[in-house]
Amino acid sequence: MAKRIDVSGLTAFYGSHKAIEDISMTVEPGSVTAFIGPSGCGKSTFLRTLNRMHEVTPGGRVEGKVLLDDEDLYGTGVDPVSVRREVGMVFQRPNPFPTMSIFDNVAAGLRLNGNYKKSELNDIVEKSLKGANLWNEVKDRLNKPGSGLSGGQQQRLCIARAIAVEPKVLLMDEPCSALDPISTLAIEDLIGELKERFTIVIVTHNMQQAARVSDRTAFFNLAAVGQPGRLIEIDDTERIFSNPSVQATEDYISGRFG
Amino acid sequence: MSTAAVTDKRPSTLRAASLPRWTPWAIAAGSLVLGIGISMGAGLDSQIQWGLIAAVLFVLGTFGIAARVEGRRQAKDRVATSLVWVAFLLAVVPLVSLIWVTAVRGVKVLDLYFLTHSMGVVADTEPGGGIYHAIIGSLEQVGLATLIGAPIGVLTAIYLVEYGRGRLAKAVTFFVDVMTGIPSIVAGLFILSLMLIFKMQPFGFAGSLALTILMMPVVVRSTEEMLKLVPNELREASLALGVPKWRTILKVVLPTSIGGITTGVMLAVARIAGETAPVLLLVFGNPFINNNPFEGAQASLPLYIYQQFANSAGSGAAFDRAWAASLTLIAFVMILNLVARGIARWKAPKTGR
Repeated sequence: MAKRIDVSGLTAFYGSHKAIEDISMTVEPGSVTAFIGPSGCGKSTFLRTLNRMHEVTPGGRVEGKVLLDDEDLYGTGVDPVSVRREVGMVFQRPNPFPTMSIFDNVAAGLRLNGNYKKSELNDIVEKSLKGANLWNEVKDRLNKPGSGLSGGQQQRLCIARAIAVEPKVLLMDEPCSALDPISTLAIEDLIGELKERFTIVIVTHNMQQAARVSDRTAFFNLAAVGQPGRLIEIDDTERIFSNPSVQATEDYISGRFG
Repeated sequence: MSTAAVTDKRPSTLRAASLPRWTPWAIAAGSLVLGIGISMGAGLDSQIQWGLIAAVLFVLGTFGIAARVEGRRQAKDRVATSLVWVAFLLAVVPLVSLIWVTAVRGVKVLDLYFLTHSMGVVADTEPGGGIYHAIIGSLEQVGLATLIGAPIGVLTAIYLVEYGRGRLAKAVTFFVDVMTGIPSIVAGLFILSLMLIFKMQPFGFAGSLALTILMMPVVVRSTEEMLKLVPNELREASLALGVPKWRTILKVVLPTSIGGITTGVMLAVARIAGETAPVLLLVFGNPFINNNPFEGAQASLPLYIYQQFANSAGSGAAFDRAWAASLTLIAFVMILNLVARGIARWKAPKTGR
């Protein structure tokens, strides 16, 4: 089931450049947490440290602790591959595997990780596609390539692919920024359904979206260009959008930033 | 020559005088006639010179006419276009003539008997004989070289693109570049020196080793480019599913780029299939059929062609055989290329609905 994330004193680097500094927060299991903030403030970088994708970037390095239900993701002997099986991710641009069919795309995470019987795979693929609200649209063409779908469908395919491996946490990096309002609505509804099963963290530039989908909202900012990004505050979404405790947050969400 | 066809007399800022569509053809025909006229007048008897003069006239004529009628900007555009056409023709004419001459001269003795018999005891000056032994030699030597060179090359490229960081990767890249520039005879001499150290007689596999040296850098280079074309997002998508890096490479990166990699390997095979120098040094040549590449001298198609020309003593029969073998070699390489294209198309990422 969903797991809690506890971050304390997290700092991330690209080579010698410090991208984010000293971030601490708690994400409750089964909740939706939104990250907002200006471009370049390190929201995505921070998100990527939560499933050890940050270190995939050349020069990427992390200090501090990320506890997933009391287990440190950056502890000695922790395998990043196992971390990523617990903490799934959906990217900004839909990225289905071009050589695989819709079915194979959803089954990819399972197939590449172990042996499953065909009937088991069928059940999991159907369940995941239903979970991503895509089943009715693609059930008759599961063997067609995934890249033939529309952008919104591709993104839901990517979500189906991510939830097929049954992660405990789902990270979403601006999942709707390349989509039209209707596809966005479909994905926002989906987030509401998925939060019963997964802990969800979503990065977004759309403040209405953050207000609509999230239970808690974290505001990130950076002091100046070239300075590392910092967590300014994290609170219940309602409170952040009505009565934030920091002036900078209010300026940002009311459009008076800068 | 043509004149301006001004269709609209009203002054317009959007429409200017333009040449009719057939102008380039007219200029081409005109410059060809003029080129031949000038050449005849000057007493030049080489048709290549005629063609080159006509080409120069074509480019200059296009510029002059277009500049007068359409203005300088359009004239430059037309000159660029005509230069591209001239360059295209200059490249295509020798290619077509080469294939034409080889085909015409090659078909004389090219038949089933020729393909299925060796030279055996037929002297190089007599008619008869065939290239079966050379085909076997070529297939075995090139096949073995590909078997060794292609995996090493592809794995090296995977290392460079997916894992390589720092000094080792830079050193590997540098030496691959150096290897690309190795003349084939030097690769042959390198293996020959080893053969002399170990006191061995020429055999097919030694040629394969030299061909491997020539093949590897080509495979590395092309595979590297293909792997770089795979979007990073696909790698990240796979890693984020909890797939280990090696499986990501095996199941996502390689399938996405397999078409291009195959094409690259086939082009490398085509390159080494025509190598003569290392085969001459290491495989030595043999008029009899030798199916064993690990012992005794063998023949190969390029070597056979060379030896037929060199040992013909003016015999027409030897020349005919050399041309037929050339045609076989070209066909062999062309079939390989077609197969590679077929595989590339078949394996390319699918986009259809």
